[in-house]
Amino acid sequence: MSHLNSSNIQINESDSKTAVNRLRSWKATWKEYRKHKFLFLMLVPILAWYGIFHYGPLYGIMLAFKDFSPVKGIWGSDWVGLEHFKYLFYQSPDFARIFRNTVLISLYNIVFGFPAPIILVLMLNEVRSSLFKRFAQSISYVPHFFSWVILSGIIIVMLSPSEGPVNYILHLFGAEPIYFLADPEYFRPTLVVTNIWKEIGWGTIIYLAALSGIDPTLYEAAVIDGAGRWKKMWHITIPSILPVVSIMFILSLGGILNAGFDQIFNLYSPVVYEVADVLDTFVYRAGIQQSQFGLTTAVGLFKNVIGIALVLGTNFIVKRLGQEGVL
Amino acid sequence: MKPKFGEHLFQTVLIIIISLLCISTIYPFIHVASVSLSSPSEAGRFGFHLYPKEIDFFAWKQVLSQTKIWIGFGNSVFRTVVGTFLTLIAMSLCAYPLSRKYLPHRSFYTMIILFTMFFGGGTIPTFLLIKELNLMDSVWVYIVPGLVPTFSMLVLRNFFMAIPAELEESAKIDGANDIRILFGIILPLSKPVLATLALWSAVGHWNSWFDAVLYITDADKQVLQFFLREIVITNTDAETFGRTVVGNFKYGPSIKAATIIFAALPILIVYPILQKYFVKGTMIGSLKG
Repeated sequence: MSHLNSSNIQINESDSKTAVNRLRSWKATWKEYRKHKFLFLMLVPILAWYGIFHYGPLYGIMLAFKDFSPVKGIWGSDWVGLEHFKYLFYQSPDFARIFRNTVLISLYNIVFGFPAPIILVLMLNEVRSSLFKRFAQSISYVPHFFSWVILSGIIIVMLSPSEGPVNYILHLFGAEPIYFLADPEYFRPTLVVTNIWKEIGWGTIIYLAALSGIDPTLYEAAVIDGAGRWKKMWHITIPSILPVVSIMFILSLGGILNAGFDQIFNLYSPVVYEVADVLDTFVYRAGIQQSQFGLTTAVGLFKNVIGIALVLGTNFIVKRLGQEGVL
Repeated sequence: MKPKFGEHLFQTVLIIIISLLCISTIYPFIHVASVSLSSPSEAGRFGFHLYPKEIDFFAWKQVLSQTKIWIGFGNSVFRTVVGTFLTLIAMSLCAYPLSRKYLPHRSFYTMIILFTMFFGGGTIPTFLLIKELNLMDSVWVYIVPGLVPTFSMLVLRNFFMAIPAELEESAKIDGANDIRILFGIILPLSKPVLATLALWSAVGHWNSWFDAVLYITDADKQVLQFFLREIVITNTDAETFGRTVVGNFKYGPSIKAATIIFAALPILIVYPILQKYFVKGTMIGSLKG
């Protein structure tokens, strides 16, 4: 009995002790918060903003599992479980095609667009005249600063079958005009090329930063050892940008479900939907224009989850390869 | 002599290749500008337009006499100026507390914010939220939902963290509070990075168009990029897109070209500054803090 009692008391004592400690730590925290009240005066409105505009939409994700009815609202709409996902994966006539388009366009952009700035930076690195180099860089950055609305306007003019200079060149060679934006066969190549046109110059910057970090004595030593241009490029230049290249590559793999909404949305039209429609453009048309909120929220969630898995997965691989990850 | 000749040839070939690339980058802009200054008949000519044969301001007069162009211009300027200003303030108010090591639960608050960079609600839930908040058809929808660009805010936070603490401590001894320290000491020291972030934000605002498509139906509140889209893309000829456009072709090639250049002009004008600060900023951003 007494043994039991004493242990009881002990438990009570330790309980009250932790309670006191907790109270003390609460008080200490409160004191800390009061001490830095001006910092919180700044931070709290911003946190509230994050709460509303970044965490607020998370509430709407439940629509992916509901049959949205505008009358009942998000909360009141009926649950349908995985119906939307089942529909997308098994019944939807569009989803497989849209998913395929998204991944294909991204892959084309990676295969052709990713090496482009690297090739340019290797060429720029060999140019002797620094004046020409700077001039070329300034010119090549230009398209990066414009919206896809402006660039699409320009591209439409350039590729027009009856007025555009691109078709004029084809015409000079006696070729038939190509409907770059209306022919499903040409639409995706057009996307890839115009994307390279926009970003090739800007893409070099991050590699130029890596190049500027190379110790020039390395090149001097290589020359003394009798290394030529290609050997210097292969053994000094390329290895020094390789870490950046691998990080950029993995980042681009992480964004594989973003096929470039702005570009596609401003260049596509119903005649090329078959090859051009991607997840984001589908969400816009089916969601915003046709109010299929439940279904398109499900598409958005699917994209988000795959996206975050890709980012985490690729980040893990980067770290495994001994590079600094992004996270 | 031979290796020297080889080097010469190599440089020449290199310069030719890079020049061709530069020409194909810049020619489309020159072409469109030149078409915009051509007479309607000349503008439709099949071929190159390196410069206007005879300068004709017809298209520019047409474009600049449209009220909606000026409405769009005004709204774009509004969102660019007010939006950039408010973004700078909001970013500072967020970045400064997060940069102070003594902020209680600092890593918790940082995590809350970082999380939003990786996971969000998506287009539709955001759309419904904006609707719920009665921001539809309000010009504030251009500014408030994107008030704090998280990546830029983190760049600013990293910059604040690098400012020596002594500067701040002496001010504290003199009795200054955090708000005064931020506005009196930290921000003046951060002018270069603030300039870069301001340009990022301003270019982003000027170029934004999708929020206008999503949230604004009132033509008086539309931005320039939206009208540009309407004139150049939505209304473009059936031939290019292989579809029949409802209504007649109101806009000839020179008018479309002038609209494009009008919307591009503000960026072209500030391009030299832009280029300098963007390059610098990208370097800052790429260095992990």
